[in-house]
Amino acid sequence: MTSFLAVLKRDLTLGLRQGGGAGAAISFMLSVLVLIPLSIGPDQNLLQRLAPGIMWLALLLAVLLTSEKIFQQDYEDGTLDALMTIDLPLELVTLAKALAHWLTVGLPLAVAAPLLGILLNINVSVIPVLMLSMVMGSLALSMLAAVGGAITAGLRRGGLLVSLLILPLYVPVLVFGVSATTAATGPEGSSSSLLVLTALVLVTLVVQPWASAAALRAYLK
Amino acid sequence: MSLVASDLACERNGRLVFSNLSFTVKAGECAELRGLNGSGKSSLLRVLAGLVPLSSGHVTFNSSAEFKTALHFIAHQDAIKNAMTVCENMQFWCDVMGGNSITTALDAFRLDPLKHEPAQLLSAGQRRRLTLSRLFLSQRSVWLLDEPMTALDQATQILLRGHIIDHLKHGGIVIAATHGDLGLKPHHVITLGDA
Repeated sequence: MTSFLAVLKRDLTLGLRQGGGAGAAISFMLSVLVLIPLSIGPDQNLLQRLAPGIMWLALLLAVLLTSEKIFQQDYEDGTLDALMTIDLPLELVTLAKALAHWLTVGLPLAVAAPLLGILLNINVSVIPVLMLSMVMGSLALSMLAAVGGAITAGLRRGGLLVSLLILPLYVPVLVFGVSATTAATGPEGSSSSLLVLTALVLVTLVVQPWASAAALRAYLK
Repeated sequence: MSLVASDLACERNGRLVFSNLSFTVKAGECAELRGLNGSGKSSLLRVLAGLVPLSSGHVTFNSSAEFKTALHFIAHQDAIKNAMTVCENMQFWCDVMGGNSITTALDAFRLDPLKHEPAQLLSAGQRRRLTLSRLFLSQRSVWLLDEPMTALDQATQILLRGHIIDHLKHGGIVIAATHGDLGLKPHHVITLGDA
């Protein structure tokens, strides 16, 4: 447990010092949200309808852009080699790193985005559901990003490859995340979408450690 | 305690790096790996560390401890994070390796005066010292060292030699890949490749 927390803590520290952490992620989201009205025009009703979808896309992009960094540095500087000789299984090392990614990128965005949505004239009543679904969804996205990051850890320019590998896996999260938000204002409510989203989160939490560790072991050969 | 390798063969990327390699290193003994560039010294160390699977043969570790946590593997790469200080880097390895405190490790290679420096500012030799300090974060009996003397100044080389001799006296095992002379009297010299 100490080792798990040590990996988590180190990645949070590195995230804050190297990538700017939460501040950088939120600034990224803000710039996307500012560009949208500029590109599609100031139609308030249109913006309101598009707002949840746009915010989910911005979240996807932020997670995707940072995914290749999750394991690359540790692979290149030999940290992973040395981490193979500790008590903690590699699977849990990858889980700690994926959680650190979520805490520095996904979670701050998920909490801040719905508030930034005011820029898009978002319907205030959907904010709680949007925030809840984005918090859950971003956890699933970070787990999937860790799998993609592990697969491309040894490639210097793995950015596009990660997108190709991981974007299809993001589809279910995106579909149910957006449908939870749109259903919140409809008659049937959003609970069924949120349940499916919860299931997706649980599946990725279980699958991620094994998938990432298997990919990394193949590299360490 | 002993480390027995019998009939090892290792294939990497379709190329047979070494084969028919057998040796035994007992407690208190030191083995030097010698050979030309690319002859498989680092590969052998990675095999022994359990990172690379063997294509044939097996490595037996006769001890009560589990091999994975009874070894220190110091590779070429330094596993240092530039954005953290010397002290933070060391504390991380101390925590994950289950060590108690970093004071012994800081003293081992006289890194105490540098402990609040960001790792980014360290020279190559200082980075090497920081990497080698991992050896003192937790007590482990087998040291696998890949070119340990690289970038070290004269004084630190003597220091490291002293640490290795101490470790052997306490019944440890040292397996080191090297080109130059480590200045030790190795009990075994394992020559890889045709040379």
